Amino acid sequence: MTLELALRAPDRDVEVGLEVADGETLALLGPNGSGKSTALGVVAGTLVPEQARVVLGGRVLTDVGPGAPGTRVAPHDRRTALLGQDALLFPHLSALDNVAFGPRSTGAGRASSRRTAQRWLDEVGVGELADRRPGQLSGGQAQRVAVARALAAEPDLLLLDEPMAALDVAVLPALRQTLRRVLAERTTVVVTHDPLDALLLADRVVVLEGGRVVEQGVSGEVLSRPRSAFAARLAGLDLVVGTWLDGAVVDDDGRAVHGRVVGEEPDEGAPAVATFRPGAVAVYREAVAGSPRNAFDVVVTEIEPTADLIRVHAGPLHADVTVQAAAELALEPGQRVVLVVKATEVAVYAR
Amino acid sequence: MPRWVWLPAALGAAFVLLPLVAIVARVDWGDFGSLITSESSRAAFVLSLQTSAASTLACVVLGVPMAVVLARHEFPGLGVLRSLVLLPLVLPPVVGGLALLYTFGRRGLLGSELDALGVQVAFSTLAVVMAQTFVALPFLVVSLEGALRTAGVRYEVVAASLGARPTTVLRRITLPLVLPGLASGAVLAFARSLGEFGATITFAGSLQGRTRTLPLEIYLQRETDPDAAVALALVLVVVAVLVIGFARTGRGAL
Repeated sequence: MTLELALRAPDRDVEVGLEVADGETLALLGPNGSGKSTALGVVAGTLVPEQARVVLGGRVLTDVGPGAPGTRVAPHDRRTALLGQDALLFPHLSALDNVAFGPRSTGAGRASSRRTAQRWLDEVGVGELADRRPGQLSGGQAQRVAVARALAAEPDLLLLDEPMAALDVAVLPALRQTLRRVLAERTTVVVTHDPLDALLLADRVVVLEGGRVVEQGVSGEVLSRPRSAFAARLAGLDLVVGTWLDGAVVDDDGRAVHGRVVGEEPDEGAPAVATFRPGAVAVYREAVAGSPRNAFDVVVTEIEPTADLIRVHAGPLHADVTVQAAAELALEPGQRVVLVVKATEVAVYAR
Repeated sequence: MPRWVWLPAALGAAFVLLPLVAIVARVDWGDFGSLITSESSRAAFVLSLQTSAASTLACVVLGVPMAVVLARHEFPGLGVLRSLVLLPLVLPPVVGGLALLYTFGRRGLLGSELDALGVQVAFSTLAVVMAQTFVALPFLVVSLEGALRTAGVRYEVVAASLGARPTTVLRRITLPLVLPGLASGAVLAFARSLGEFGATITFAGSLQGRTRTLPLEIYLQRETDPDAAVALALVLVVVAVLVIGFARTGRGAL
C-alpha cells in the first residue's frame, strides 16, 4: 500500500510531506522535537493537526484543513499498526492472547485467532513463550511478541517508533535480523536514532530537522555521504557500503574492508555494509609494516576539532586521533595518509 | 521522622480502637445468640445485605461510565461537573435524603410522572437502594477515576491501532487493567451502603422488613432494648472488618 502524507501543524512548527511506495520501508530520522512523532501520530490518527492529508493505498484516512472535507478515519479503522520502544504488551493477557488480540478484534474466532497468533510467534522466534505472561518475558522477548502482535493484525502500514531504543544491545542484532525478514515487502515507516537501523531496515531515509524535511534519499547514500548536520552527526560511525566479495565488503572505489560478520553472512555478491568507530582507526604517514588487512590509502579532506579529539575526514571515512597525534603527524587537508583499522573492530552486516 | 510522632499517633489509634473495645465489653454474651437472631434483627440484617448488594451493583452500572467520562474526556465544565457529581461525598446524608424525597417523592419533581406510571418510590425498598446508591456512588467513581488516570491511555492506543473498536478496547483492555481499582471502589461503595442511615430514614422511612436496615434497627433498639442494639452494632463492626480485610487482600493480590 502506498502512503502519502502531507501535514502542516503551525502550533508545533511542523510542515512535512512524504511518500512511501508499496512494500517500501522508510526510515524517519531526526533529533528530538524535529516532528517525527507528530508525523507518526498524524498517520496513526492519534493526532489531527490544523491541516493534513493522509492517503493509504488510495483510501483517504485524514483530510482536514481549509477547503478539505474534514475526513478523519478513527484510529482503529486505519489498518496502521503501531509499535513503540516499549512493547506495551497487555499485562493481563498471555503472549499468545496478546498476539491474538488483533485478529480477535477484527472478527476472527477464538480458535483461528490463536492459530494465527501461534504462527506469528513462531515466525519471530518466540513460539515457545506463548503461555508466558508479559511480566515473565525479557525486554527482547517482549518486543518480539509485540512485533508478532502488530503483524498479526495484518496492517496495511506498519509504524515503528524507535522499536529497539529501549533494548539491551546484546539482543539488537538478532532482533534486527528478524525485523529485516518480516519487514521485507511490507510498507513500513520506522522512526529511529540508530544509523544502522536506518541502513539495514530501510530502503529510503527522510531526515527531519526543525519540523522540515532537510534530506532524503536511498539510505546507503544519505548515511555514507550525509549533507544535513543531523545525518552527519548520526553517522558518527564509519560506514562502508558495498557488496560482499571474497570475505570482504567492497565499495564502489574498490576498497575492500574485512571484519567480523554480525548475524547471517551475506551471500557472495549481495549488498553488505561494514561499520567501525572512528576511534578504532589509526592514522599513519606511510604504509605500515606487517601489512594489516584493512589499510586504506586516502587523502585528508578536512580536519575537524571535536570536544577533546581531532576528527580526520578522508572522503567518506573518518578517524578520531588525539591532539598530540594530529600535531606529530602534522595533519592537514590534501595530505596523503594511511588509515588502518583492525578487522576485529569492524562489524559487517548483510543488507 | 522525629520520635515524638509516636505519641499523637498512638493517641489517634486509641481514639479509633477504644470505642470498638467498649462495644465488645458491653455485649451481653449470654443472650447474644438470641438477640441477633430475633425476627426484627434478622429482617434488618437480610434487608441490609440485599439493599447494599443492589446499590453496589447500581454504583458499578452507573459509576463505571461516569468514571470513564471523567477520566478520558475533555470538555468545558468538566471540573465543575466532577465537583457536583462528588457532592454526596460531603453532603450531610439527611440533606441527600431530603433532595431525593423532593425529586422522587409523591409531590416531588418527578412525582406526578412516576405516579402516572403507577410507581411509588418513597418509603419502599427501592428508596433504600436509591438512597444508598446516592451516597455510595462517589466512592466508586473517585476510586475508579484515579485508577483510570494512573493506567493511562497507552495500552488503549495500541489496542486501537490493532483494529479494536472503542467498545472492545473498554471491555478487553481498559476494564481488566483497572480491575483492582474497580474492586476496591465496589467494596468501598458496599461498605458505605451498609452503614447508610440519614438519607435512608429521610427518604425511605423505617418500616420493618421493607426499609428498616441494620443501622436504623440499631438506632431504634437503642431506645427500647440497648442490649440488642449493642449486639447488632457488633455484627455491623464484624461485617465492616471483613469488608476491609477483603479489600486489603484483594488489593494485595492484584
